[in-house]
This record gives sequence, structure tokens and C-alpha cells, in this order.
Amino acid sequence: MLYREAGQFKTTYQADQGIFPIAQDRYVVWAFLAVAFLVVPFFVNDYWTNAVLLPLLIYGMAALGLNILVGYCGQISLGTGGFMAVGAYASYKLMTSFPEMSMIVVVLLSGGMTAAVGVMFGLPSLRIKGFYLAVATLAAQFFLVWLFNKFGWFYNYSATGQISAPERELFGVVLTGASAQTWVKYLFCLTFLTVFALIAKNLVRGRLGRNWMAIRDMDIAAELIGVRPLMTKLSAFAVSSFYIGMAGSLLFTIYLGAVEVGEVFGINVSFLVLFMVIIGGLGSIVGSFMGAAFLVLLPIFLKNFMVDGLGLMPVMAKHVEILLMGLLIIFFLIVEPHGLARLWQIAKEKLRMWPFPY
Amino acid sequence: MNAFVDPAGMAGHSGMTKGEVLLRVDNVSLAFGGVKAITNISFDIVKGEVRAIIGPNGAGKTSMLNVINGFYHPQEGTITWRGKVRRKMKPYEAASNGIARTFQNVALFKGMTTLDNIMTGRGLKMHKNFLWQCLHWGPALREENEHRRKVEEIIDFLEIQAIRKTPVGRLPYGLQKRVELARALAMEPELLLLDEPMAGMNLEEKEDMSRFILDVNQQFGTTIALIEHDMGVVMDLSDRVVVLDYGRKIADGPPEEVQSNQDVIDAYLGVPHEN
Amino acid sequence: MSFLVETILSGLMAGVMYSLVALGFVLIFKASGIFNFAQGVMCLFAALTFAGIIEKTSLPWPIAFMLTVGVMVAVAWAVERFVLRHLVNQEPIILFMATIGLAYVLEGIGDIVWGSDVKVLDIGLPSGASDFMLDQFNIYIEKLEVFAALIAAVLVGFLAIFFQKTRIGRALRAVADDHQAALSVGISLQTIWVIVWSVAGFVALVAGTLWGTKSGVQFSLSLIALKALPVLILGGFTSIPGAIVGGLIIGVGEKLAEIYVGPMVGGAIENWFAYMLALAFLLVRPQGLFGERIIERV
Repeated sequence: MLYREAGQFKTTYQADQGIFPIAQDRYVVWAFLAVAFLVVPFFVNDYWTNAVLLPLLIYGMAALGLNILVGYCGQISLGTGGFMAVGAYASYKLMTSFPEMSMIVVVLLSGGMTAAVGVMFGLPSLRIKGFYLAVATLAAQFFLVWLFNKFGWFYNYSATGQISAPERELFGVVLTGASAQTWVKYLFCLTFLTVFALIAKNLVRGRLGRNWMAIRDMDIAAELIGVRPLMTKLSAFAVSSFYIGMAGSLLFTIYLGAVEVGEVFGINVSFLVLFMVIIGGLGSIVGSFMGAAFLVLLPIFLKNFMVDGLGLMPVMAKHVEILLMGLLIIFFLIVEPHGLARLWQIAKEKLRMWPFPY
Repeated sequence: MNAFVDPAGMAGHSGMTKGEVLLRVDNVSLAFGGVKAITNISFDIVKGEVRAIIGPNGAGKTSMLNVINGFYHPQEGTITWRGKVRRKMKPYEAASNGIARTFQNVALFKGMTTLDNIMTGRGLKMHKNFLWQCLHWGPALREENEHRRKVEEIIDFLEIQAIRKTPVGRLPYGLQKRVELARALAMEPELLLLDEPMAGMNLEEKEDMSRFILDVNQQFGTTIALIEHDMGVVMDLSDRVVVLDYGRKIADGPPEEVQSNQDVIDAYLGVPHEN
Repeated sequence: MSFLVETILSGLMAGVMYSLVALGFVLIFKASGIFNFAQGVMCLFAALTFAGIIEKTSLPWPIAFMLTVGVMVAVAWAVERFVLRHLVNQEPIILFMATIGLAYVLEGIGDIVWGSDVKVLDIGLPSGASDFMLDQFNIYIEKLEVFAALIAAVLVGFLAIFFQKTRIGRALRAVADDHQAALSVGISLQTIWVIVWSVAGFVALVAGTLWGTKSGVQFSLSLIALKALPVLILGGFTSIPGAIVGGLIIGVGEKLAEIYVGPMVGGAIENWFAYMLALAFLLVRPQGLFGERIIERV
């Protein structure tokens, strides 16, 4: 009964086009952000940050990026892992070549470089479509991983072939490296994600976003009303790769600290992020986060439940976990192919009517 | 109601006066492999008229529209647009030159709302760059609102206020056709191509649509080329008619004249075709 | 010279193996428009089951083979009953994701039932070098690879007859063209899908057996699916001859590149070279090897 929009009249187009047109939504979002920024940092412990919060924020960023490409522009990509690797290695080279560079700049530039690479691998999208394109993006995945493995320059010829993030400070607080405190990492990632989620929302409700969706829904008609297919698709690849590159950069510099390309950025990551997008909801910003949360939390829950709860052997638990992940994914696709975002929307619509059925 | 019609201010308009030849097609032939879709067709469209293209199924009408807006490239012949011979162009270039169209099978963006569909049609008139769009603030916001106002005027004109925020995939067929017209109008075209705008409609919807088409033509001065199978509609709406059959032109002229043309009667009633 | 011939021949033979995997993809895509990512895991699952049955029961291999075919049919039935039936009319990408889920499920079941250690699959297929070719032309070829080529030829011939000459084959082609139209003339989609997935399961079993004999039955077997994907984009998702010819081209191209291009860039290029080759080809000819020229209509 609290969730009503009666009496809220829009008097300007601006108010009507707002991100959260319903006032109650706005209050909830502000409250949520206030808690995330002002309360959580004081209470989190290391386990929660490392196991849940940081992966959630970082994969949320990656899912957001992929959703722009797949959900909004309709171009399927299986190269996410490769593009995250570009972000990570770009950060590594920047951090080691320019020790003075601020971490904010490092992350942004890494995103920019990934965007350039993404555009390159997006070029075929002009001529090939659908699953042909999806398979073609696998070329990016395998090629990039091979590239970073093969050439010593990318990992500064370190003996292990790994890259590891040197210690850097931001505003006088240690941000990367072993001595960084978890609340700093958390706040850094949270700030990035908040800012760029807002930008993503702005883009998709503006002209560029409409052009993306036009290409997604019917590319021929879009072209006939003046949308330039090449520019539109490439811009989607660029923006998407920018986000994914930043996610890769954050994953390496802030979260993991040391990375071996084949393990961290393999094809499994590509599928994982794609699952987040699909389960969260194609073409939905908030869905990207829901999908990321779901797939970050699910394995933790399953593992704890089976190993601690049922006392299964870890190896067996791993097998069962794979099986259950598969079953749950299929189950979700069958129950709600439009993802968690749609469930959320339906719940809100119900709530608006509550306690009346119609 | 139609305060937004400011012909002088319409970008993409040539300032040609009524009666001048806006578009001329000369000796155009189009083939797909061995199949000839259009053979040696010539006709013109003058500024301000309603031009109908009719003919039996498979006569090459839609192909003709596709040639006009740059989707197909004819193997032979020239197209003259606003007095200049047009080089081979991409569809989006035709769009930015002031040619808009609707489609035989509704080609809306199904996942988007009515409002967003029509706003997409304004895309060519919006110029704020990427960074402003990221911020969605200041000039970019002003631009959005400005175009939203124009779109609202079109929505009023076509009487589709109630479905503004509905995803078009959920709309009934007749309304989808109307949204498609709205999207084309949002481009403020100089030439509007309508591919069977009344296909699959009931009588009432046809009457509505006819009225909208005439209003567009008379109030905005938009030149219209339409394909239609309903002869009653064609005879009522159009100033001149061109008739195609098996990819060839068999008649061209005012409705009454075409109506009594023996070749046209044969084509429609089915007299054995001689090659 | 004989080295070059040897390279090309061994490329052709490897290509045949890719083709066999690609064939499974094509069958399912043709009949249901589903891009079945689980095909690779199906190969693994089939080979695991086959090897597992032989190991646990010491039945003679033909009986074990028949049992495995039965298992694959059961899988096909379960996939239709519990997954596809509920996803009719969904977007292709949703179906694609569902098959990835399916891949997880099959992998999980395979590991739980048969364990995840490497299994040897030895059913007496010919192995070692072909003496005849070695003596006559001084060319080294694995017998197994020649055998695989023969099997592939038989399989393709069988499928061609099945598709072109039988009533089920005609129904399959109808379904491939248009689901709704096929339904309207009384073809049961559900039956067709079970049949197609069974056939794809059978093809997976054959491919899995050959690959398993060659390099042992283990998890990496499921990755051969990734090898078959470039074959698909080269040959087209719906063309059986495309899968065969595409496989041969990729096989030869890969072997040649390994020898002539690899050393220039530091080697280990087999993971991506096939993709780049297919991609370059597509840029020139977007409809693939055997596709019709696409005329877009509005």
C-alpha cells in the first residue's frame, strides 16, 4: 500500500523520462546507495568482501558491459574472457611503465584500450550475424589468451608468466597490493560501478541506446530510417568492451592481485558472464547486477551446503555442483526466459496493486 | 495540432515548389541472378502529389520502393533525386536525404515502446555527441526534450496517446501500422514511401489511415508514393497511378485513365501473358 | 615433397574427425534451429559411458556399444521431455544457453557415475602406422585415421539416404524449414526432436569413440567441440556437405599453418588459427561455403 504512484503527476518531459519515475523507487535506491557507501564499509569483514562483495561488483561491471552488446544491441559475444584479459594486461603495463599514474586513470585507460581491441573484433559484425558472429568472437577469446601467454613483453618477461599488481596508493590510502585493506578495495570498485551504471543508463535511454535497440530488433528497418549499422554496432562493441576492460582491470589490480591468463580469463569466464546477462535479463541494467549476484552467490551456497551441510567429499561436491549449476540454469531459462529483471518487474507491478488483485 | 509543420525549417527539404519533379526513375532494371524483378521502368514523382504504384502480386512494386530508397541497387538505369542523378547510395543515406518509408510486413522495433520507436525516427535530427549523451544532462537533455515535444505532436496527430509507453510487440496489427507511419513522419521526410499501408485492416481502420495519409499530404506538403491493393482507396487518394505487371510498366496516368486502360484490365483479370 | 603430402594427408584425416563432431551440430541446428553447445560434451559423455560399461561389466564391445546407443536415445528423450518442450518458441539465444546448461548437466552426471579419471578405450580399432602407405609411397599415416575417414564416409552416406529417401527424413526437412508449417501438416515436433537428438547422440558416440581411442577418454574430449565450431562457420550451420568439406579445409589449413606459420610467431597457434581462417573466409563470403547468396527482403 506504500508503493503507489497515484498523485505523482509528471509536468515535464524530463520528469517523465527519469530513471526512476516512481518516487518510492527513488527513495529505495537512495537508501540502498547510502547503506552501500556509508554503512557497509564499516562492517564488512575480509571473508565477505573477498568472497562476495568484490566479485559481485566486478562481475556486475562485466555483465553490464556484455549486456550493452548482447541485450541492447543484439550482437552475441563469447569473447568476454579475452577482453577482460586485455583490460588486466593493459593495467599491468600501465602500472609498471608509469608508476606515478593514478589508479583511476589506469582503470579508465585500460577500459579505453579494451574498447579499441573490441572495435577491431567487432568489425566482422557488419557482415556476419547471430551465431556465426558468436563463433567468430571466440576467435578473439582464443587469440587474445594465446597472445598474452606467448609474448613475454606483456608480462614483463616474469619467470612464472604471471602478472602481479604492484602496490599503489590513492588519496594516501593503499589500494592495491597485499597490504591494501578490504574496505578500500570495496569502496573503489563500488564507486566505479555506481558511476558507470549511471552512464550506461543514460546511454541506453538516449539516442545511441535507441539506435542500438533498433539494430537489435530489426536491423534492415533501422538502416532504412537512417541508423548507420556499422557505426552503431561498433559503438556498442566499443562501449561494451570499455566496461568489460574495466572489469578485467579491477579483477586483476584490486581483487586478485596476481593473474595467470589461461586460468582467470579462459572461455569459462565468457560463458559465466553471458549466463549472468541471460539469467539477470537481457536489456536490463539492474538485471545485470541481479544475474551477477545470483551466479556469484550460488556456487558459494552450493559448496557450503554440500561440503559442510551434507558432508560430501570436496571432489564429489564439485561434480554435483556442476550438475546442479546446469540444472538450475535450465530451470531458470524455462521458468523465466526474460530473467530475474522480469520477475522483479512483475513483483513491482503486483505490489502497486496490492492488496487488490487487479 | 500541427504546429510542428514548418516546411522551411524542415531539415533535408530542398525548398522545391509543388509540381516540380522530385524523383525520376529512368530505364531501371533489377535482377537477382537470373530472375528479373524490374525491367526497364521509367516514371517520375512530382513534389506534393500522391503517387500510387499498383499491380498484381509479384509485379515488382516493393522491389521498386527498395530501389528508390537505396536498399537494392539496380543493374541498369538512373535515379534522379531533386534534379541530381543519384549515385549508388546506402539506405541510411537515402534516409538522411529525406526519404522515409513504411513496410509491407510491419517492421517496428518490437522490444521498444511506441515512444522509443518514434524517437528513433528523430535520430537523424539529433546531433549531441557521445559524451553529452553519457551525461544525459545540459544540452543533451534539452535536445531530448525538444524532440520529445515533436514526437508528442505526431502522437497527437495520429491519435495514439494511449499506447505511448506500450511495447509495440503487444499492439494489435492496425495500431502497429499507425506507429510505423508515426515513425516515418518523425523523420519529417520530403518523400514518404508507403508499402501497403492498409493491408489486413478492416474498413474503419482503412478510413482512418486514408484520412491520415491525406492529412499528411495536404497539411505537411509531404510527397507520397504508395503501394496498395485496394483499388477504391487508390482511386480516391492518388493523383497519378503507375501500373506494373511482371516487372514492366503497363500504364501511367491519372486514376480514371488508368482504370479504363485495356492492358490494366487484362493484367488484373488475367489475359494470357505474351512475352 | 613427401613431407608436404604427409602433412596434407594427416590434415585431411584430422579434418574428418572435426567433421564428425560438426555433423552432430549440423543435424540439430537443421532440425530445430538450436545451436547445441552440448555436442562436445555429448561426445565425451558417450565415450565415457561406452568405456565405463566395458570396464565395469566386461561385456563384449558390440553389446556395450548398443547399450550406449540406448543411453544416448534416453538422453535425447530426456532433453526433449524436460528441456526443449518447455522452451518452444523462445529466442535462439535462450535455447543456446539451455544447451550450455545441458553441457554442465551431462558433464556432472558423467563424472559422478563414471569418475573423472582418464579411461582407455580399446575396442580393437586398427592403430599404428599404415604399412602399405609407408612401403609404397614412404608416407606415414595412422591406420586409425584412415579408418575414421571410412567411418565418416559411411555415416554421411547413411545420413544422406536417411534425409532424402525416408519419410522421417522428409519430415525432418520440413521441420527445419518452418516449425509451425510442419506442425500444421501433422508432423509431431516432439517425435522429430527425439529422433534428431538420438541421431546426433549416435554421431557423438561414433566421434567420441574415435577420439577416445586416439587420445583417451577424458574431460578434454569435450573441448573438441570448440575445434568443430570454425568448421561450422566455414561450412554453414545447416549444410552436411559443408561440415565435411569445412572440416577438411580446417584440418589441412591447421596442419599447414602449424608447420609454416607457427614457427614465425612462436608456435601453439592451433587454438585460434582455425577461427581466424574461418573468419577471414566469412568476410569474403558471408553465406559460407555452400550457402545460397542471401537476398535480404523487407
